[in-house]
Amino acid sequence: MTQPGAYMVRRPHEEKDISSCGLTGFINRDGTLVDGQAIARSIGLMRDRGNGLGGGFAAYGIYRHRADDFALHVMYDDEAAKDGVEELLKERVNVLDTEPLPTRKTPVISKSPLFFRYFTRVPDGVEEDEQDYMLEVIMSINVEIDGAFVMSSGKNMGVFKGVGFPEDLADFFRLDEYDAYLWTAHNRFPTNTPGWWGGAHPFALLDWSIVHNGEISSYGTNRRYVESFGYRCTLRTDTEVVAYLFDLLVRRHGLSFERAGVVMAPPFWDDITRMDEVSAKEATDLRTIYASAQLNGPFAFLFGFNGGLIGLNDRIKLRPLVVAEKGETVYMSSEEAAIRVISDDLDSCYSPVAGEPIIATLNNGVA
Amino acid sequence: MSANTTNGSQTLSAQGLYYREYNEQIRAAIEAGADKLFLTEVMGHRYIGAGIRAPGTTIDIEGIPGQDMGAFMDGPSLIVHGNGQDGIGNTMNDGRIEVHGRAGDVVGYGMRGGRVLVRGDVGYRVGIHMKGYQEKQPVIVVGGTAGDFFGEYMAGGCLVLLNCTGDGESASVGRYCATGMHGGVMYIRGHVEDYQLGQEVARQNLEKSDIDFLRPILDDFAATFDVDNPLKNPSEFIKIAPVSARPYGQLYVY
Repeated sequence: MTQPGAYMVRRPHEEKDISSCGLTGFINRDGTLVDGQAIARSIGLMRDRGNGLGGGFAAYGIYRHRADDFALHVMYDDEAAKDGVEELLKERVNVLDTEPLPTRKTPVISKSPLFFRYFTRVPDGVEEDEQDYMLEVIMSINVEIDGAFVMSSGKNMGVFKGVGFPEDLADFFRLDEYDAYLWTAHNRFPTNTPGWWGGAHPFALLDWSIVHNGEISSYGTNRRYVESFGYRCTLRTDTEVVAYLFDLLVRRHGLSFERAGVVMAPPFWDDITRMDEVSAKEATDLRTIYASAQLNGPFAFLFGFNGGLIGLNDRIKLRPLVVAEKGETVYMSSEEAAIRVISDDLDSCYSPVAGEPIIATLNNGVA
Repeated sequence: MSANTTNGSQTLSAQGLYYREYNEQIRAAIEAGADKLFLTEVMGHRYIGAGIRAPGTTIDIEGIPGQDMGAFMDGPSLIVHGNGQDGIGNTMNDGRIEVHGRAGDVVGYGMRGGRVLVRGDVGYRVGIHMKGYQEKQPVIVVGGTAGDFFGEYMAGGCLVLLNCTGDGESASVGRYCATGMHGGVMYIRGHVEDYQLGQEVARQNLEKSDIDFLRPILDDFAATFDVDNPLKNPSEFIKIAPVSARPYGQLYVY
């Protein structure tokens, strides 16, 4: 039996996470499914961007046979936390299946929390929007149940993450046994907070997942803003708030991804003075309405969702990001070599303009 | 010196090697007298050529060299057949780097001598803090376009941006070009708006002395990449130079 608290699923108390990390991801726009070996090789090439204190993956399209269920990936410090979560789930959602998340013994990942996954649905008779309902359930688990943490909670997607180098965690979580059309990965170099299993990237909420290299200097403002809409920042790292912002802006407020990009990395005011009248008004309106959603500080992030992948840099390019295409596949990464190692002979390869989102979606929309 | 003291070429594959081990092999080969190295299967290996003092040595690279290629390099020539990543020629003191594809961010940071030629586009913060002193005058020539902060805080040397990859209409350079520049000179082909330039510089047309200075540099670029000399029409270029060597000398003097 494991010792309570042994795996640091419980949350540390530090406020910020300044990291100098690596990230990579790709989407097959034609929906072609590939297993997790390629993404592991890609992030593994950038091993030196991390230090073994955090790695993780998000995969979309992996639960096609249960595409209508919310798939909860949950990590536990101990059985008591698991009992608490399972009791809460029993009260509030229909749990269709419970199973341990398959893991493999590896020489390098010697200690780990307990991992379970639950395929769940919102009970009949709930009048609220099912995503809003699930969001409250997830927030309740993360806030109320000590030693438990929901890694991901979307449909037909999942997050696998922890303490270690990402390529080792890929082995541990048996990612070679999952097929996805969209993968993202992260290699963490935490400098301000301890490496703990919950603090690894990606951060995910409902269908959204984010991997991030950099620091959100505006975290305090952004956090107060999302909390005023019912989100609760429980993970003590800045990246979490970006996942909630995307959920708020795109799912709840109905903004396009392009406009969400303008909100998060808006044009400078002096750039706005040089725009045509219509664009200038739109940019001014978005900056004014969503002043508290603007992200400040150095960042490159990759945002995954059911149907697409978005890459975004801060406005003055303080973190690296390279985009490449080959056929129907779009790659985004901190380093070009991490793309070339899994796909030589690219059709194109370029540095995106800082502050302008790169949006790659499935040809047929949502998978 | 080892037994192999004759000049010669050697091929080193990076396959399966960690960058540190690979760079040790490269240094050992140069120590042993190789003056022409062919590096193959390079994939993100960092620090290739970094800190090496070996004028007359050529290092030919197949693949994608990793971060800080040629950092603090002092003499060798690096030839990259594909693209380069970030931090190429960081604080380089002497030698030559040719990149036949594109290069990433922060090329030639604090560069103090030697020459960097990039055929394609470059990323952000290229040529920042470049400096020059007497005969040590670093040169960077970019065949394509550049991102923001091109030549920011430049203190010496020469930056040339040729804008040959674009459509001729789009901007050749981003914002904050030459911001804080107080030494050296910059030549840009194509249109640049005033708002893109720092307040410490002035734009000028090329004079004969500029053309005489540029021509051999661009002959080198043209021969290296097998293209026509882009200096056919000097009126397409502007020269950017600081208006004062000490723009903030009076800032705190009332």
